[in-house]
Amino acid sequence: MRDILVMAHLTLFEALRRRILVAALICGLAFLVLFGIGMHFIAAQAGSQTGSEVERRLVLNLITLAGLYAVNFLTVMSAVLLPVDTLAGEIASGVTQTVASKPIRRSSIVLGKWLAYVVVVNGYLFLLAGGVVLISRLVSGFMLPRFELGLPLMMLEAVVLVSLSIAGGTRLSTVTNGVVAFGLYGLAFIGGWVEQIGALAHNDAARRVGVVASLIMPSESMWQLAASQMQPALMREMHATPFSPASVPSPMMVWWAAGYAAVLVLIALRSFGKRGL
Amino acid sequence: MTPPAIETHALRKRFGDKLAVADLSLVVGQGEVFGFLGPNGAGKTTSLKMLLGLIAPTAGRGSLLGSPLGDQAARARVGFLPEHFRFQDWLSGRELLRFHGRLYGMSGAALETRIDELLHRVDLTDAAHRRVATYSKGMTQRIGIAQALLNSPRLVFLDEPTSGLDPLGRRLVRGLIRDLKRDGVTVFLNSHLLGEVEQTCDRVVFVKQGRVVREMLLGASGHGVEVELRLGTVSPAVREALERMGTGLREEQGRWRLRLEAESSLPDVVRMLVEQGVDVFSMRSMTPSLEQLFLEVMGDEVRPG
Repeated sequence: MRDILVMAHLTLFEALRRRILVAALICGLAFLVLFGIGMHFIAAQAGSQTGSEVERRLVLNLITLAGLYAVNFLTVMSAVLLPVDTLAGEIASGVTQTVASKPIRRSSIVLGKWLAYVVVVNGYLFLLAGGVVLISRLVSGFMLPRFELGLPLMMLEAVVLVSLSIAGGTRLSTVTNGVVAFGLYGLAFIGGWVEQIGALAHNDAARRVGVVASLIMPSESMWQLAASQMQPALMREMHATPFSPASVPSPMMVWWAAGYAAVLVLIALRSFGKRGL
Repeated sequence: MTPPAIETHALRKRFGDKLAVADLSLVVGQGEVFGFLGPNGAGKTTSLKMLLGLIAPTAGRGSLLGSPLGDQAARARVGFLPEHFRFQDWLSGRELLRFHGRLYGMSGAALETRIDELLHRVDLTDAAHRRVATYSKGMTQRIGIAQALLNSPRLVFLDEPTSGLDPLGRRLVRGLIRDLKRDGVTVFLNSHLLGEVEQTCDRVVFVKQGRVVREMLLGASGHGVEVELRLGTVSPAVREALERMGTGLREEQGRWRLRLEAESSLPDVVRMLVEQGVDVFSMRSMTPSLEQLFLEVMGDEVRPG
């Protein structure tokens, strides 16, 4: 455990020293400022033009979910890009040789890096998502429903993608690893939309395509599940917004995603443990 | 009984169709400064990585300090400077040593004291706070040597430790190796700078196509002597007799060259020539350099790497 923490500490220190965290925080802050300004004007308009309190709350819910959707996208980018080079780059440059020749298990190297990036990416997600919900509350008085259920699902999505990026880095070059990770995310993203359109059009074949895509890469289904949680039943059942899924992923997908991440970590451990350095 | 520092038997590594190491069988005693020589592509780095557990052998077996290759506890007593000495260059020199010290399980005042000692030893105390990325090649190499010595190892692998160093840096490394030898530490040295090897190693092996093709003690009598003779007519019988008395017999423009194991064999050669009635016009003996031996052992078929 000590070795895992030493590696995690080094990885966190690297993110700090290379100003990765500072850059991410500045961009995140800029995003929150922009969201706050937008929310201010939309909340003012929603207050004066919409007919009822229910309509106003639906508009504010939609805008807050739109903000979280952007946060989700930024998190996906971070979850893939931050760890994409951490093993692949160090293996290619030879940095890993001096570390792996020390009296530590190779699994400690992988787990330390995985732990550090899970902490960094989820910390980033927590700050941005919390910021969006807080700004929404402060600017318009609207409190997003069941945020405490939605946030862990978004965090699980980040864990899946960090695990994918780490596992790929044990065998693939940095660029190939990035292409594969984003390719799988894109597959899940398109699959998710095919599933939603299929559900709205009552096309079972299209819907099944989406389900299969979610099984291949469960990232998008975690966002859809989170979004469906963070809106009232009325909004969800009307399918009135892009964030009101017509086909809500099964709660079993949470277990699938958790198992998927665990299997990716095991693959990373085995792959890095067996490879020549 | 003290186990050898390194022992391998028929160690082999194949990458797909390519046989990188064919059959590495070695014994390196504790406290020895051992040179591992060969041209580029001879399998030296692959061999070294197998010894360190960085790659798994395809066949064969070996041990470090009495433990099987790859054993985690044995690695606690081993230091390693890799050939390309790439480190976390966003750390300062002191931070880098601190990180690697922690990987050895060191911490607190003991670690800081050891870091201070090593920074002083490799002459980097003044640059300890600077990021490794700003170091010259020689400084990076010296901080690499310091990280290899953090745990006061019993066995140190140095892969090209002087390749990036100026003469002062090389002298420093030679001094370090001498200190390690004095302390009974085994040094496994892989270097192309044969002059350095000659000055520091007790014994060398020459590796060709992944096999040890020659082993040699260095020092006063280890190299043998090269004899150059200007002779009259040499009959086939005399030629055969010369070949029996030494190695590498060849004739170049009327001058015969022969390698003898020791200078003490020289009178025997002269006696034989006189007895066989061969005119001896001149004779010169010289100690061959390791580079000459290297070229001789590797032969003409080895191309520059």
